[in-house]
Amino acid sequence: MVSGLHVEDLRIDYDGVTLLDHVDLSVAAGEVVALLGASGSGKSSLLRCIAGVQAPEHGRILWNDEDITRTRAHLRRIGLVFQDPLLFPHRDVAGNVSFGMEQRKVSVDERRARTRDLLELVGLSGFEQRDVATLSGGEAQRVALARALAPGPRLLLLDEPFGALDRDLRDRLAIDVRDLLHAQGIPAVHVTHDRTEADLVADRVVTLAELQGSA
Amino acid sequence: MRSSGSARWASVVPLAFVAVLVAWPVAMVLATGLGKGSLEVLTASSTWRILGYTFAQAAVSTALSLAIAIPVAYAVARLRLPLRRTLLAIITVPFILPTVVVGLAFRELLPFPGTTAAIIVAHVFFNVGLVVRVVSGLWEKVDPRYDDVGASLGLAPWTRFRRVTLPLIWPAILASSVLAFLFCFTSFGVVLVVGDPALPTIEVEIYQRAMQRLDLNGAATLALLQLLVVVAAVVVSSRLQRRLSIRQRLQSGEERRPVRGPLDVTAAVWAYVLAMLIVVPLVALLARSLRVGGSWGLEWYAQVLQPTDSTTRTVPLLQSVELSLRYAVIATLVAVGLGLLACIGIQAAQRRGTWVDAIVTLPLGVSAVTIGLGLLLGSLRGPVDLRGWWLLVPLGQALVAMPIVVRVVLPILRSFDPRMRDVAATLGASPVRAWIATEGAATAKAIGVAAALACAISLGEFGATAFLVRLDTPTIPVQVVRLLGRPGEANVGQAAALSVILVVITLVIVALGERLRPRRGGGW
Repeated sequence: MVSGLHVEDLRIDYDGVTLLDHVDLSVAAGEVVALLGASGSGKSSLLRCIAGVQAPEHGRILWNDEDITRTRAHLRRIGLVFQDPLLFPHRDVAGNVSFGMEQRKVSVDERRARTRDLLELVGLSGFEQRDVATLSGGEAQRVALARALAPGPRLLLLDEPFGALDRDLRDRLAIDVRDLLHAQGIPAVHVTHDRTEADLVADRVVTLAELQGSA
Repeated sequence: MRSSGSARWASVVPLAFVAVLVAWPVAMVLATGLGKGSLEVLTASSTWRILGYTFAQAAVSTALSLAIAIPVAYAVARLRLPLRRTLLAIITVPFILPTVVVGLAFRELLPFPGTTAAIIVAHVFFNVGLVVRVVSGLWEKVDPRYDDVGASLGLAPWTRFRRVTLPLIWPAILASSVLAFLFCFTSFGVVLVVGDPALPTIEVEIYQRAMQRLDLNGAATLALLQLLVVVAAVVVSSRLQRRLSIRQRLQSGEERRPVRGPLDVTAAVWAYVLAMLIVVPLVALLARSLRVGGSWGLEWYAQVLQPTDSTTRTVPLLQSVELSLRYAVIATLVAVGLGLLACIGIQAAQRRGTWVDAIVTLPLGVSAVTIGLGLLLGSLRGPVDLRGWWLLVPLGQALVAMPIVVRVVLPILRSFDPRMRDVAATLGASPVRAWIATEGAATAKAIGVAAALACAISLGEFGATAFLVRLDTPTIPVQVVRLLGRPGEANVGQAAALSVILVVITLVIVALGERLRPRRGGGW
């Protein structure tokens, strides 16, 4: 048995044009992989396929030998963080973080405790009642991260999560995220076009070209 | 910024003029409705039964419209559908169709005419397009990735809709529900033609009291009651709207994805089915106008086009076509003129413009019947006896159409970036030329679109017209209702032929107007 994520011979089309072909990617348990590539090269589409919000034209996606290619997104337990925080505007910070837990029959007390812990983890203690519209870009992205971690994903996908932030903040957050993922033991795929960020975050850096090279 | 003095004048003069014209009929209803005998009307159990019935049919119609429209709004906003624009255009058509004509179409089509169910079907027909338009307009601007976030957090599709999408599109659902409810609550022509004669709605009761029982006081009291419900609905909805409104960043580019999965397929199929269902009553109407006895023919059209009439009818049918067109031209000019004055006033009044905006939009909720009744009362009880004055008809139609003009033109005026003019000036254009090059052209187009809509509304207007028109000068919708009140196949056939002619004229005018509309732009 092979543990972790395995993507085998994936092909992704966009508007009838092949965007990526023969993609192979493995992420071992607890490993953080950075995926480098120019913007528009199909990195996001690859993440969307792994998350299950988009379907590949060909190939397989496996988790611990189980084929999840046709498993629906909400049953995959794979977290997804976009470049925009996409916080739900109709909920406050705590409401955003606890959102995924509400679907899993976690008790209210437990939810509250975990929300508090997660906010502490991302350095936003005491932000529970804040209106998400009042957060800075960095704060919002931290909340998005806490929200993605809350339901306990078995894999986390980060799609240029700091792309909209300035250099200083980006480096600081990259280190924070690395420490956090290692502490939690959650494997992750971190997509970026920034070499420095990739080196800071990841145990291993791969390029999109390398992923397609094996075919 | 212009000096505050001239800005104040620019806002006060046009607004005062518009306010007087709009407020006058309402004030007449108020004054008459609170007179003696009003208590008697208000305490009568029949009044409350009629009010309850009107409310119930409007509520059911609105709920059904929402249930049918929301999947279609989803399909139109989110999915890449073949012929999407055509689909949207067809679904929007009922909105501009004359109520009386739609009533006749359903009377001929449904196996159960003269029932509450028939009223509800016709009301849903009118309002589905409105809800689809308003809701999909917001939905396509909501970032689709919110849904992906919900999925990655473990929410099943239906839960995502309830807990992620619904809160984000709620303002549009609320706004369109209120519009649909007001339409159904104040609906008149449809109910008169297709409803149960023993079960009047409040509008029908107002009409019958005023025009058949000559009980103007009672009619005015009922109109007042109706006005209260309308105002209450608007107040409650704007409160809710403020509480539920959320600051969300809307995306400007709309991206639609291919149809995928059973939910998408169902929504897409439903959208096309609805578009086809919308065409059915129109086909039924056309068929009725061509059905002569047991075969097909143009007999009814020939009778409509006869310049003189040999039958017992007093007014040749062709004359009402001419009359309708003449009134519509005048009403359009007045509605566009008043609407532009109001727009200029609202713009100049800047922040205080919102209450002015509310007054100008008043006729939209006040109901055409109330405007008609108000103008009738004004003509009877004003300083000069204006009873039967022909200009009252286009004036009433213009007041009904004016809010649409404001709704179409104002967003265009508001969308102008003042820097555009500066850019034009730096390119060497004189102020006048700069205005013509930038805002003038766009404004002219908006006015064209608004004029077409105003003209369509005037042509099909029945509520206000029914109160103001003289017996010897019926417009097409009035003539249609009269024909339907008489027995015999010939009368229904002629009514159908007249209706088809009216629909064709209306569609041509609106299509001409729509050609001017910019591809992207606010408003209706």
